Amino acid sequence: MNAAVAALPMRHDELISALDARQAPKRTVVAFGFWVFLLSDIVMFSALFAAYAVLVHATAGGPTGAHLFDQRNVAIETACLLLSSYTCGLMTLSIGSRRRGATYLFAAVTFVLGAAFLALEISEFASMVAHGAAPQRSAFLSAFFALVGCHGLHVTAGLLWLVVMMAQVQIRGFVPSVERRLLCFSLFWHALDIIWVGLFSVVYLMGVAP
Amino acid sequence: MNFLGKLSWNAIPFDQPIIMGTVAVMGLVIAGILAWITIKGYWLYLWREWLTSVDHKRIGVMYYILALIMMVRGFADAIMMRSHQAIAVGGAQGYLPPEHFDQIFSAHGVIMIFFVAMPLMIGLMNFVVPLQLGVRDVAFPTLNSVSLWLTASGVLLTNVSLVVGEFAKTGWWNYPPLSELQFSPGVGVDYYLWSVQISGIGTLLTGINFVATILKMRAPGMGLMQMPVFCWTSLATNLLIVAAFPILTATFAMLLLDRYLGFHFFTLDGQGNQMMYPNLFWIWGHPEVYILILPAFGVFSEVISTFSGKPLFGYRSMVGATMAICVLSFLVWLHHFFTMGAGADVNGFFGVMTMIIAVPTGVKVFNWLFTMYGGRVRFTPAVLWSIGFMVTFVIGGMTGVLMAVPPNDFQLHNSVFLVAHFHNVAIGGVVFGAMAGYNYWFPKAFGFTLDERWGKASFWCWFIGFYLAFMPLYALGLMGMTRRMQHTNDLSWEPWLLVAVVGAFVIGLGIVCQVVQLIVSIRWRKLYRDVTGDPWNGRTLEWSIPSPPPAWNFSVLPKVTTNDAFWSSKQQARANGDEPSVASEFEPIEAPTNSATGVIAAFFAVVAGFALIWHIWWMAGIGVLGAFVTMLFFAFRDEEEFEIPVERIVEFERAHPSQVSP
Repeated sequence: MNAAVAALPMRHDELISALDARQAPKRTVVAFGFWVFLLSDIVMFSALFAAYAVLVHATAGGPTGAHLFDQRNVAIETACLLLSSYTCGLMTLSIGSRRRGATYLFAAVTFVLGAAFLALEISEFASMVAHGAAPQRSAFLSAFFALVGCHGLHVTAGLLWLVVMMAQVQIRGFVPSVERRLLCFSLFWHALDIIWVGLFSVVYLMGVAP
Repeated sequence: MNFLGKLSWNAIPFDQPIIMGTVAVMGLVIAGILAWITIKGYWLYLWREWLTSVDHKRIGVMYYILALIMMVRGFADAIMMRSHQAIAVGGAQGYLPPEHFDQIFSAHGVIMIFFVAMPLMIGLMNFVVPLQLGVRDVAFPTLNSVSLWLTASGVLLTNVSLVVGEFAKTGWWNYPPLSELQFSPGVGVDYYLWSVQISGIGTLLTGINFVATILKMRAPGMGLMQMPVFCWTSLATNLLIVAAFPILTATFAMLLLDRYLGFHFFTLDGQGNQMMYPNLFWIWGHPEVYILILPAFGVFSEVISTFSGKPLFGYRSMVGATMAICVLSFLVWLHHFFTMGAGADVNGFFGVMTMIIAVPTGVKVFNWLFTMYGGRVRFTPAVLWSIGFMVTFVIGGMTGVLMAVPPNDFQLHNSVFLVAHFHNVAIGGVVFGAMAGYNYWFPKAFGFTLDERWGKASFWCWFIGFYLAFMPLYALGLMGMTRRMQHTNDLSWEPWLLVAVVGAFVIGLGIVCQVVQLIVSIRWRKLYRDVTGDPWNGRTLEWSIPSPPPAWNFSVLPKVTTNDAFWSSKQQARANGDEPSVASEFEPIEAPTNSATGVIAAFFAVVAGFALIWHIWWMAGIGVLGAFVTMLFFAFRDEEEFEIPVERIVEFERAHPSQVSP
């Protein structure tokens, strides 16, 4: 849009009235604000990542990552989450073309994949605790549970949000405010993927490296 | 498990006359105010026009009121500490027992940073930034109200700790292992952590809101380089909030996990790492210093330029210096603990970075001086605060650079020299900036100016009181006095401590003068009335509209082509001999509807916070659920905006003819 404006020969005051007509639309402002929020969220994760990096060898004689991490489980988790991002993208496309049925369908698939991810994570945590590797065991495990658990909490919040959004679509339809929130939701969901990629690499892959 | 968790009647310190006396007085004052509101029948008005308001101007004013009240509380702590230290030398024991003294210095720090300096600066930004940008509100008005009320929640919890339980005894940075359950089993640390966590969410939301506002919602034609400098410094501050506050949230979350669930981030056992806390804390903490000072720099830029009648000298270098500080502020955190022993290389790096960050600040000081040079400076209270700042802040900056040299710092670390240094920049910078801004923008907010004589008296009391109170601390620090001492044995320190307490009382006189200034100005407001909307011959857009501005700020959005937009339009009008004109064509304006979301969500946040502090789990559940349901209600409401009809705008414009049409 800006390129088009620049290409046209315009007088200065004409340019200004053109800008006047183009004060950032609400959708842009909302999406931008949500981007800023996501960046701040990533900063929060970076603090948890830093703490994990500092404490990764502080096992206090307890189990290390190599003892604990089950690669197969984590691979399935990752597949669930990445796939759910894909279906979330399909949902966004359905919203764009105003297909309500498809929106519900892809939202449901996204929800199921997200819930499966969460279930796998919870079972991983439970089996670790059962084997005496609870967060109270060592500083390493504290940092592990806080970092991975914080991501899990985000996924939980995302699932809750998705349910609320589907209720909104049902009750209010695709009004602009609902559409903006759905846009924010998909941004959020993709951001969780990005964090998971970092988490997968730093915690699980590096954790089992010799 | 107890129904009320750890809470019982023992939590209230009935045996402490000082605390119970304070509580009684506070209770009477609050009851008096509430009774007055009830008798006058102001509740509905308060609820509709203020508590649920999403108007950035009113939110700004409420932030200021909150901060000024808390400043009195924090100052009371300061007076108690100063007078106690002056007495408790040698054989005398003073009047504050150690566990009370420890709570006072912790509360003083927490309150002054989080609940005075932050709301002062955020309040100013709220009031001024949208007006200077020439827009009608911030990007997310309801979120703005949520921010305000979450900050108020933190304030409330901190004050509740005075009556119910105790406050932290760990100093305002709350270092482990002292702040861990093992050494601080009481609720004091929990009060601190939850208060700051809750208000910290509010601050983060403010940061997001203002970054979006400044970058996406400016008046037509206002490019970034046409923005007033206050907007630039606000942008830098809010970027820092967005980048730094999440670190504080994460750090406090780790400490909370340690305390509540037995995690081992910072504990002595389980191979926790105690020094990780200071690192994380100051990665937030040093940017926080600039979060507070940058808006003040913006205020001085506006005030100096307006009252010198000249455009700001070196606008571009000012912008560059601001953004340089914004980046560099993340590269100096380790100078808060050179004594950690990270080695010569690391200490050397952070020492040099600390010296480098002083350079852009120096650039700014010269810009202000050159702005005044050759100008016709009008010595109003706002200018006095600004000049007082320049003198004081340069001294504070230099003592900071002294401590940036690691070998020096090993001597001065944790001494009252450091206390003198950061009060030198915090009072000389942030408080003086807030006061300059208060005197400068008050007429915009209320339509009448503040009394100048009392304003000047207040400035001189603060200025002289500051030097009396803190210069002795530099000397005492060099003599070896460490900070936070409840009792000292060195009699040669006593004269210095006595001078310092006198200084604190002179500052107290300054606060009294400010209160009198406000009362006198309200009493004689007809005399001080400003009908022009432009009492100072201002340069930026906020002065182009009537005072107080209408809810919609600008009846017609201004078109901006240059810096100092209002000034240049006045010059143009004068050159062309234009008559002041009333714009003839208006369009209806969409305005956001008021919302109780902020107040109600904050109420539940207080419930949850209080319950978590006292381990009342069922109540914490109610609080969290309540806040969630409140947000749901907000998400499902139907009308978000209402339309202000043209007739109302025309009526307002007729009643307030503008002096110069922009």
